[in-house]
Amino acid sequence: MNMVEKVIQPTIAKPRKIIARRMPISVYLGLLWIAIVVVVAVLANQIAPYQHTALDLSNRLASPFHPKHLLGTDELGRDVLSRLIFSVRISVLVALGATMISASFGTAMGFAAAHFRGRIEQFILMLADFQAAMPFLILSLSVLAFFGNALPLFIGLMGLYGWERYARIARGLAISASAQGYAGAVRQLGASPSRVYLRHILPNISSTLIVSMTLTFPEIILMESSLSFLGLGVQPPMTSLGNMVGYGREYMTRAPWIMFAPAALIVTTTLSISLLGDWLRDRLDKGLQ
Amino acid sequence: MFRFFAIRILRAAFTVALVVTFAFLVLRLSGDPARSIMGEDASPEAMAAFRQEWGLDQPLFMQYLHYFAAIFHGELGCSMRGGGAALDLVLSRIPATLMLTLPALLIKLAVGIPAGVYAALHRDSAIDRAVMVTAVAGYTVPSFVLGLVLVQLLAIWFAWLPTGGTGGLQHLILPILTLGIGGAAVLARFVRSAMLEVLGQPYIRTASAKGIPWASVVRGHALPNAAIPTVTIVGFMVGNLIAGSVVVESVFSWPGVGNLLVVSVAARDLAVVQCILLLVAVAMVFSNLIVDFLYGVLDPRLSNGDTGGGH
Repeated sequence: MNMVEKVIQPTIAKPRKIIARRMPISVYLGLLWIAIVVVVAVLANQIAPYQHTALDLSNRLASPFHPKHLLGTDELGRDVLSRLIFSVRISVLVALGATMISASFGTAMGFAAAHFRGRIEQFILMLADFQAAMPFLILSLSVLAFFGNALPLFIGLMGLYGWERYARIARGLAISASAQGYAGAVRQLGASPSRVYLRHILPNISSTLIVSMTLTFPEIILMESSLSFLGLGVQPPMTSLGNMVGYGREYMTRAPWIMFAPAALIVTTTLSISLLGDWLRDRLDKGLQ
Repeated sequence: MFRFFAIRILRAAFTVALVVTFAFLVLRLSGDPARSIMGEDASPEAMAAFRQEWGLDQPLFMQYLHYFAAIFHGELGCSMRGGGAALDLVLSRIPATLMLTLPALLIKLAVGIPAGVYAALHRDSAIDRAVMVTAVAGYTVPSFVLGLVLVQLLAIWFAWLPTGGTGGLQHLILPILTLGIGGAAVLARFVRSAMLEVLGQPYIRTASAKGIPWASVVRGHALPNAAIPTVTIVGFMVGNLIAGSVVVESVFSWPGVGNLLVVSVAARDLAVVQCILLLVAVAMVFSNLIVDFLYGVLDPRLSNGDTGGGH
């Protein structure tokens, strides 16, 4: 199986060799776009021409290519380009934080299931089934209804998205890795379970986990933007891509650019990451499909 | 066979219990449930009556049991805004949602499955490429963006259709299209990869090596086996019928369950939210159960002895 090859070959050498192989132009463009988005998110303060809350009341609803506002302004004269840049920062922050939480939590649960087996494993699998069976949007809406909304809570909530996938993958791979010689060897040498899992098994299964992170990341962006679009995610005065679309929709007939600029950004970004993720999966992990 | 279904039914019951527990815990953790359910301006007498009715003056574990009992009697509290029973309010909205989600489901099935099968059978052809590009697009374009683009095009620029709200049949077209297109793309992508996986199996090669015509191999061997994973995702879509259009209803101001949910969350009308959560859970569990029964029919291996615990 795939696992066996991966364990026998030094894993670091393998991906490099593959990436050096010809990359389709669409993936290349996707990577370029992701790089741009990340740079924009990090340097938002330096790049943005205005603050995202700055008003320019004499130029309300200015159309794009206005001399002072490249992408126009919204109903309060706030610069759409600047709002877009700060929105990218928040959306990336939420998606990145949530992906990290979900991957760590899911992997930990998967390892716990693989380590303890028996009842604990059954319980974890049942939780995973439950999470997979319930539509995430409904679950998160009910949590938001009960607890209200704050950015850390929101990131934590999004961090529950997709944890069951990591848990299942990590459990399966850890069980098969435990049967391999190397895990048994370090255990015989007296390594603690946490050392075996984190230092030895985790590096060997990380490529699969990274691929599923790339595949889950755009879904989290979409989930965040849907919730923010409904007005229940990121709250003003903070701005996120979905939240911009949600508020921009009221000016759809008079000023469609307020809404379509962030919408285009959501689509291009999720598309880029999806292309990259699909490509990585096809290259690295046939088994994950 | 009996064991297979008995385990499935037990599991389904357990999932519902888990959702009830989730709702109970969330309700307790978020503050005084009497205040949350009854609203800020409820009179002290009403609050006391509510506490007694729901057993809030008792130990937590007893409360948990009472909560369970109340839910199984269909007592799901009253809407804070409307005042009526939350359950009635939610149930009254279901037909409107089904008016959107049922036709959309038909579109998904009628377009998604043939497109996915065709793309898999003609791998790397122009049509396969087109299906895949559309599928990736349908998967990365969120429904609110698709909906708003359709509104901009067909309702604002061309003015063929209304932008939203209720009325005649023409009000249904855009929301149904929005739901259907996205779902069809997701389904096509899924069916394609399920088909490709089956087509790569040795028994397909064996069957065509025996001289069976390709069309019969596809019909007799490939399609039934590819149907097994497809049933899962279709089951999810069926379970999602009553609350699968939250975002789209909001885009088109359609008075269904989804819209009610969004408004109730914003207003913190907890009884209604809780009621929708439980109904969705029951719908999901029920459709999962049907999926499991279908599994047993489609793949007798699963129901004979092996309980399929790995899934």
